[in-house]
Amino acid sequence: MATTAHTSRSRRAGRRSPLASGALLLIGLLATGGAYTAFTAGSSAGAASETQVTKLTEEGEKLFAANCASCHGLEAQGTEDGPTLIGVGAAAVDFQVGTGRMPMAANGPQAEQKPVQFTEEQIAALAAWVATLGPGPAIPDDRYLAGDGDLAAGAELFRINCAMCHNVAGAGGALTEGKFAPGLMGVSSKHIYEAMITGPQNMPVFNDANITPEDKSAIITYLKYLENNPSPGGYELGSLGPVSEGLFVWIFALGGIVAITVWLTAKSN
Amino acid sequence: MTATATSTAETTEARPEPGKGMRFVNWGANYIEDRTSLSGLVKELGRKIFPDHWSFMLGEVALYSFVVILLSGTFLTFFFQASMAPVIYEGSYPTLKGVEMSAAMASTLDISFDVRGGLLMRQVHHWAALLFVASIGLHMLRVFFTGAFRKPREINWVVGFVLFVLAMGEGFTGYSLPDDLLSGNGLRIIDGMVKGIPVVGTWISYLLFGGEFPGEAIVGRLYTLHILLLPALVVAAIGVHMILLIVNKHTQFAAPGRTEGNVVGVPIMPVFAAKAGGFFFIVFGVIMLVASTVTINPIWNYGPYDPSPVSAGTQPDWYIGFADGMLRLIPPHLETEIFGFTFTWYILIPMAVLILFLVIVALYPFIEAFITGDKREHHIADRPRNAPTRTAIGAAGVTFYAVMWAAASSDLIATHFMLSIEGVTHVLQFSLIIAPIVAYFLTKRIALALQKKDREIALHGFESGRIVRLPGGEYIEVHEQLSDYERWRLVSYDDYAPLMVRPNAKGRITVATRIRGVLSRWFFEDRIAPVTRSELEAAKHDHH
Repeated sequence: MATTAHTSRSRRAGRRSPLASGALLLIGLLATGGAYTAFTAGSSAGAASETQVTKLTEEGEKLFAANCASCHGLEAQGTEDGPTLIGVGAAAVDFQVGTGRMPMAANGPQAEQKPVQFTEEQIAALAAWVATLGPGPAIPDDRYLAGDGDLAAGAELFRINCAMCHNVAGAGGALTEGKFAPGLMGVSSKHIYEAMITGPQNMPVFNDANITPEDKSAIITYLKYLENNPSPGGYELGSLGPVSEGLFVWIFALGGIVAITVWLTAKSN
Repeated sequence: MTATATSTAETTEARPEPGKGMRFVNWGANYIEDRTSLSGLVKELGRKIFPDHWSFMLGEVALYSFVVILLSGTFLTFFFQASMAPVIYEGSYPTLKGVEMSAAMASTLDISFDVRGGLLMRQVHHWAALLFVASIGLHMLRVFFTGAFRKPREINWVVGFVLFVLAMGEGFTGYSLPDDLLSGNGLRIIDGMVKGIPVVGTWISYLLFGGEFPGEAIVGRLYTLHILLLPALVVAAIGVHMILLIVNKHTQFAAPGRTEGNVVGVPIMPVFAAKAGGFFFIVFGVIMLVASTVTINPIWNYGPYDPSPVSAGTQPDWYIGFADGMLRLIPPHLETEIFGFTFTWYILIPMAVLILFLVIVALYPFIEAFITGDKREHHIADRPRNAPTRTAIGAAGVTFYAVMWAAASSDLIATHFMLSIEGVTHVLQFSLIIAPIVAYFLTKRIALALQKKDREIALHGFESGRIVRLPGGEYIEVHEQLSDYERWRLVSYDDYAPLMVRPNAKGRITVATRIRGVLSRWFFEDRIAPVTRSELEAAKHDHH
């Protein structure tokens, strides 16, 4: 018994006090809580950035009132001269203003590209403010813009969905009433993506149900491949197909040969 | 120098007894002569004369590009598979890897990217084809505007026209072979045109494509036409064209010593043969230069044919452009339904216009011969100004063709000149009717004015710009007289007058005579009479 008692005592002495588990729990809770607090430090920083966002949207609202409101209305509700921008999303603003299409220089068949009128920050501010007006497509995530998607799939999607207006080589093409699909060489990945999700001018919207973000990334991959890899056959003649080839053969090939025939039969003076 | 000296010494020594090489040549020549009697032909052909004028070399350009087409085309047949069996592309071009396509398309891609020199040969073949048809066109225009189609060369004009049509056929079948998006779209238009023919159209289309478009037969069938039937016809027609060229001899421009009865120029042996050989390599060189530096038909961009997509800026090669343009110019919705058959006028009218245009081109020598009633042979080529009505008709025809041609690129005109495509189409629709008429009158007036100027220069010389003050105080500009050689060019041409309508031997005026009278008046009413000998004498008398 004594041995037993001894053992039990010694065991007792060896064991943690009942409070220990409570303390452990406390420590655990403290650690978790601390960690939680540490991890949600971002949320306090988020609170800080929230104020930044507010500042951004406020700046955006001012810019909008000064530069856009005459056509789109002070509340972006739209007027006779311009459509409403409620719900167009940040992507639409980033595309239209970021490519210089907005503000428009003059009313025409469609907004023409021209030198960008605002700085990156101003565009971001405008986009942020318009995005607050209603849910709409956001500025795309960088991972879709890297140009590392499925090249062959992108080429096929481009031929099926885009080539009828933009031409198989992205050289652009005519639409009705003076409108046109612009050439796509030299357009940034971000703007291509934004064009697909917002459908600027006469372009249809290719939403994510229609063409998934991965497929959009594949299309961008193809366009970037075309842009960075000159034609294996030599000079492209604007990638316009048989028309420029025909003009080339008449003017340069046959023209050159006729010049040679004139030279060959010229009489020496 | 020493080498030359030695060789000269050798030949002088060898003169009494021919050297080993010469003996072999003599033996070879005799051997061939004994078995073929070729010397008569060589003697005959070797003296064929080629006048020296640059515009006489355009037909040669066509011939040489055809040789280049044959050579490069033969190379392509080694690797091309004319099959529409679906395969998965596993070649080296990355944007098409793993895409399903026909064996024709896959093998064309293999030629482009996996066969050594294949892409160059494809581009040589295609550029040479464009140049072939273009040089035929220019050659035809030269023959037309100089009246070189007149008797005895009417038949050769028709043979040349057949060559032009065959060349377009060759071009179109070749354009359709790779089975890429562009060629499939082109075939779809042909299919649409065929189906537009009332009653039999659909049957013909099913016969052509072996079932519903696109089927799996068309590439194989076009391939047979492209490499077997059409080239055989082209070679045969070129043969006939050449034989008639030798039989009829060359035309030449008027100059002292050149008459209707002779040809002045260099003989084929040895001068022209050497020149032509050199010129062949120049043409070949130009084609190689273009083919190695400029892309043509980048099928890797177009991708395999699929009936759903069409690329913006889809056009046929230039020589089919006029047909495509006519289809674009015809107003839409022209359709009537009679007894359950639909008559698609917007297909039938363009087809009729195109066929009529080509038939007029083919028959023009006979039309003009009927109007002029001229049965003489003509070996002196006209200067275009000296046949104002013909030149004006030609200009109207060229304008008509050019408007149709421009219409085939209406979309590119719209985008590149910032215009609306409807505006471009409407302007071209009006131009199709108005522009040839304007071109006709403008050209005729310009030709007559140039004739007047020639007459003035022949009679009174040209203004030298030298102002002289006479003793009486009068200022005159000295007119420099032409040399006899220069004047010859200006005064020697045929004069035609409107035909007098007279009764025939039976004392009757036939309908044909009346028609000819009317047409002849239209042709020759406005004319500048050539300078006569007495006028020249009188003018000379004035000056001295």
